[in-house]
Parts: sequence; C-alpha cells; structure tokens
Amino acid sequence: MLEAFFNNIELQIMLVGAMVGTASSMVGTFLVLRGNSMLSDAISHSIVLGIVVVWMLTHHQSGPVQLIGAALTGLLTVFLTELLASSKRMKQDAAIGLVFPALFSIGVLLLNVYAHDVHIDTHTVLLGEIGFVWLDTVSVLGYHIPQAVVSMTIMLTLNLAFIGLFFKELKLSTFDPALAKALGFAPGLMFYALLMLTSSTAVAAFDAVGAVLFIAFAIVPPAAAYLLTDRLWLMLVLGAVISTAASVSGYFIAVHWDVSIGGMMAVMTGVFLLLAFIAGPRYGVVSQRLRRQRARGLADSRESALY
Amino acid sequence: MSWLSILGDYTFQNVVMGAALLGIISGALGSFAVLRGQSLLGDAISHAALPGVCLGFIVAGSRNMGSIMVGAMITGGLAALLMLALTRLSRLKTDAALGTCLSLFFAIGVVLLTYIQGTDNASQGGLDAFLFGQAAATLRSDVWFMGGITLVALTVLAALWKQAKLVTFDAEFARTLGMPVTLIDVMLTTMITLAVVVGLQMVGVVLMAAMVVAPAVAARQWSRHLGGMVVIAAGVGVISGITGATISTLGRGLATGPLIVLSASAIVLVSLAVAPGRGILWESLRLVRQRWALHKNQILYVLYQTRLEQEEHERSPWLSRSAFTAFALYRLKRQGLLTATRPEAAAGKPARQWRLTPKGVREAKQVTAMFNAA
Repeated sequence: MLEAFFNNIELQIMLVGAMVGTASSMVGTFLVLRGNSMLSDAISHSIVLGIVVVWMLTHHQSGPVQLIGAALTGLLTVFLTELLASSKRMKQDAAIGLVFPALFSIGVLLLNVYAHDVHIDTHTVLLGEIGFVWLDTVSVLGYHIPQAVVSMTIMLTLNLAFIGLFFKELKLSTFDPALAKALGFAPGLMFYALLMLTSSTAVAAFDAVGAVLFIAFAIVPPAAAYLLTDRLWLMLVLGAVISTAASVSGYFIAVHWDVSIGGMMAVMTGVFLLLAFIAGPRYGVVSQRLRRQRARGLADSRESALY
Repeated sequence: MSWLSILGDYTFQNVVMGAALLGIISGALGSFAVLRGQSLLGDAISHAALPGVCLGFIVAGSRNMGSIMVGAMITGGLAALLMLALTRLSRLKTDAALGTCLSLFFAIGVVLLTYIQGTDNASQGGLDAFLFGQAAATLRSDVWFMGGITLVALTVLAALWKQAKLVTFDAEFARTLGMPVTLIDVMLTTMITLAVVVGLQMVGVVLMAAMVVAPAVAARQWSRHLGGMVVIAAGVGVISGITGATISTLGRGLATGPLIVLSASAIVLVSLAVAPGRGILWESLRLVRQRWALHKNQILYVLYQTRLEQEEHERSPWLSRSAFTAFALYRLKRQGLLTATRPEAAAGKPARQWRLTPKGVREAKQVTAMFNAA
C-alpha cells in the first residue's frame, strides 16, 4: 500500500501541499491573533539572506543546517524590527518595511556576486515548484520518499509538539500578555520560539511553495478560521482543514487548467476566506446584515406596540 | 570606463532618470502612508500588481508598458479596496487583511503567469524582471511615462494638499467639517498605486516596500512639518535612486533595485543616528550626561550626610562597588571635590575612605538644599 502511495505522484503533491498548509497555518494562527501577520511576510523574504549565507558557509542547500540558519535569520529580522520600533522613531509596520527589504537586498546582492557557483534560484525561492517535489527523493526504510515530505514531516511534528506542549502558555501569552508575564510564563520567549518555528517552516516550505505562497498558507487559513470560530483549538483545527481542502481542490483545478499548482492552492485558500467572509455563521457579512435587520424589525414592532 | 563616458551613456541616463523619478514619487507619497500608519500598504499593493501585469500582457498581447501599467494600477487598487472591505466589514485586523491581499493577489498572478506561458513552470521569462525590476532595460519612452505619472501624482497632491494633511493627522475632525474623508482616503491609496507602478520597472515588487517607507522615515527625522518632510523624503528618494543606479552601473552584474534600497536604508540609519533633535546618538549622549550628573549629586549628598553624622558614629558611608561608581568617584576627585585616604585596617583589604574637600562641602550643601527642596 505504501509502495503504491510513493509511486502516486498526484497523492504526493497533494500531501505536500496539505502538510505545508497545516504546518504554516498552525504558527500563522498565533501571528494572526497577535496582530503580527506581516512578520510572516518579513521573515519569508529575509530568509533569502539566511539561505545564501548558510550556503556560503557550509554549501548545504537544504537539511537541518538550513532550517537552523533560517530560524536565526527570522530571529534577526524580528530583533531588528523590534529594535527600530523601540527607538520610538517609527511604528512597528514601518520598521518591518525597512528591515526585510534591506536583508533581502543583501541576499540578492550576494547571489549576484556568487551567481556562478550558487544553484539557488531567486524565483524558485519566491515561488517554489510543488509540481516537481516527487523528483527530489531520499531513501527512508527502503522507500523513495520526496525530500519535501521528509522536511515537512519534521516541521509539522515540531510545530505540533510545541503547540501541544505549550498550548496553555501560548494561549495566555497571545490573549493576555500582561497576565502571562505576571504569572511568570515569559510571553516574550514564547513569541520568539514561535517565530523561530515560523522561519524554519518557511524554509522547509520554500522548495514546495516558495516565500510568497508561504505567506498565503500562513495567514489566509487562520484568518478564515478566525471568521468562523471563537475557540483557539477549533481555529487551529479549522486552519488545518481549510489548508488541506485548498491543497486538494487547488491541485485538481490547476491540473485541469494547466496552471501553477502552488499558486492555485494559495488561490483556493482565498476562496475559502471569501466564503467565510460572506457566509460565515456569526461574523459573516450576510448573517451580520440579517441580524441587524432583525434587530431593527424588533425595535420597530416594539415601538408600534408602545404607541 | 571613465566618468564622462558613463554620464554620456544612454542606458545610464535612462536608469538614473527613472530612479530619480521613483525617488520623488515614492518619497512624497510614502510620507503620507507612513504618517497614516499604512507603511506596508506599498508592499501589499506592489505584490497585488502581478495579476494586473499579467492581464495587461494578455489584453495587449505583448510587453506593452502602457497596458501593463494600467493593469497593475487596476489590480493594485482592487487589492487596496478588498483590504478596506476586510478590515471594515469583518473582524480581521489590518495586518491580517494586508497579508491576505498581498499573498492572494500574488497567487492569482502566479496562476495567470503560468496560464500565459502555457506550462507548469512559473519561473520563466518576464517574472524575474517583475520581481526585481529591470532597471537596465528602461527605455526613454518608459522614462517619459514615469515622468507623466509622477507629474500627475504631484499635481493632485498639491491641489488637495490641505485636505490630505487634515485627513492624515485628524480624520475625525475632517469628518466633522464635512470633508469627504473616505474619498481622500481612497485617493491617497490610489496614488500609492501610482508610485508602485513606477517602482515596478526600477526596483521590482519585493523591494517597493522599502521605497515607500525608507525615505519617509529618514525625512521624518529632519523635519517637524509635513511640507518639509515630503520635500526631504523626495530628496532622499532621489539621492538613493541615483546612488544605487550609479553603483550598479560601475559594479557590473549587481542588481539596481537592491542597491537603491540599500542606499536608502543607509540614509535612514544615518538620519536615525544624527538628525538634530530626534537623533538617537544625541539622545543617548544626553542620557549619559544626565546619569553622570545624578550620580555625582548622589555621592556628594551621601558623603555630606555622613560627615554631619560623623561625630556620633565613626562609620564610612556605603558606596556601591560598581565600576560606574568607581569612575564617578575618580572624576569627582579630579575635579577637586573629594580626597581619598587609605586608613590602616586590622584585617583584609582596606577600603578607601572618601572625604569631601572644602570645595566639595560647598557643592554638597547646594545639592542637599536642592534634594531637600524637591
């Protein structure tokens, strides 16, 4: 059965998409709730610098060294952003807009200089090639498993373990950082750990979907889930479900129209967001309008009953 | 290559003019975006321009600058509208709405791009130019086009200057005056789209964020007035544009966009450090000086109090052993306010005994009076 699975290219691609989506939306949930969504944008761009520097130092293009390098670059990005914002000369969003283009620029220039030897493609970094994940395989227990499946399994496990272990702490430091600090839960540390995981997930997802589509997977499913529920655990589950549904449906539509698979998967997450935005049970535009109308009708009938 | 031949180079002239135009428009409009707390709007809009570029290409059937830019403007504007709708009509916050629009429109762009190429390979052809700009391929006609857009944007800005200013700093007040706040909001956002369209050619999608933010942040350091800030931001934009374009021409194989952005970032760093009034360097100097003064007064006060009590119990005052205190004591001694004696102690290393000189007593009296008054 496993044999059949690893010969089925379609299943592999959909699996990688679902894994990328689930892993990214897990960390993304907390970013969306904290109001730091754009940090995923900053991290996913500045990681280009991390990838180039790690390559120059170790000549590894993927694997654990790259994941650690990415985590450090992500930390550097956030640290510089907070440093600039804490100078009180600019707001946090301006600081983000200064830091990641600068780091990205340095990365691109280094690529320019060492272009002859590096096999890192800037557009592959930004867009990825999920359609070709089955080409790059490693042998595990006698099976040829795509490299992306292996690295995404690692990141998914790490993210799950982190969120499972520190669920209470994460919840508290997300919704009430002041109380978390007073109780000694170190919300700052939690935040940095979360961002390290975000960066590593971004690098692991690069091969498959690239930097910009990683942002889609990290922000859009949690945002859609946020419009559907008030419970944190349900938001995490819905995020994973939406990512998986987007990956499967995106794959078939992309194949049907012969367009980019990763791109179509990201577009599908947007379709689900729009559905939640319009038809969500409590926070959807339609139900809000209906409720308002009913309230108005009630007020009118009361008024007429009064006079 | 000599300087003269570079200056006469046709491509170089185009690139420098394009970069300077980008600096003017993004600096001027970026000032408003940064002041309104929408620094990352430029980033979102520039990513959202990708599907427009593809649509422009599909409609025109070729790489036609005009149709591509119109397409970019349309989808960029749509993305900004969707962002407004998401923040106004749902409980999503600005950051999530920005990230959503940015990534979704970009994804649509990627899909359209592969549709154009008819393959599953998104990494071919014109995408590179779009992502990182292709400054070197700037034609004289492109420069005219950019100049036209810049002129339009600046004219509109000048015509609606007062309204834009009021909406930026106090939208509520503007609303009570009966000003069409939403309309001006939309107008300022649309004009950012114009800046993005100019930037696509020069620095590309990814780095447009910096071109909106960096000149404005640098200019804010040097000016307290909106007019001054806008002019300085445009100037910073022009300088970084020209610097980046020149370095990229001299150093073969270096991309223009990143160099322009890094020049702008360098100007920001310098401005943050040394701008008069808001410079971090001056502030930390002032802070250090204040800490010294406070510490000096504290030492004088403590020594004076002990001196008054000396008759009753023979005890040397407790002073912190930190390096900071040690240095402060040394400085006071050099100023002639203190003397140090080393008494013979029974055991261990004897601590220094600090005493006030007559001059020190006089100063300490003043300090004591000041502390008691406070």
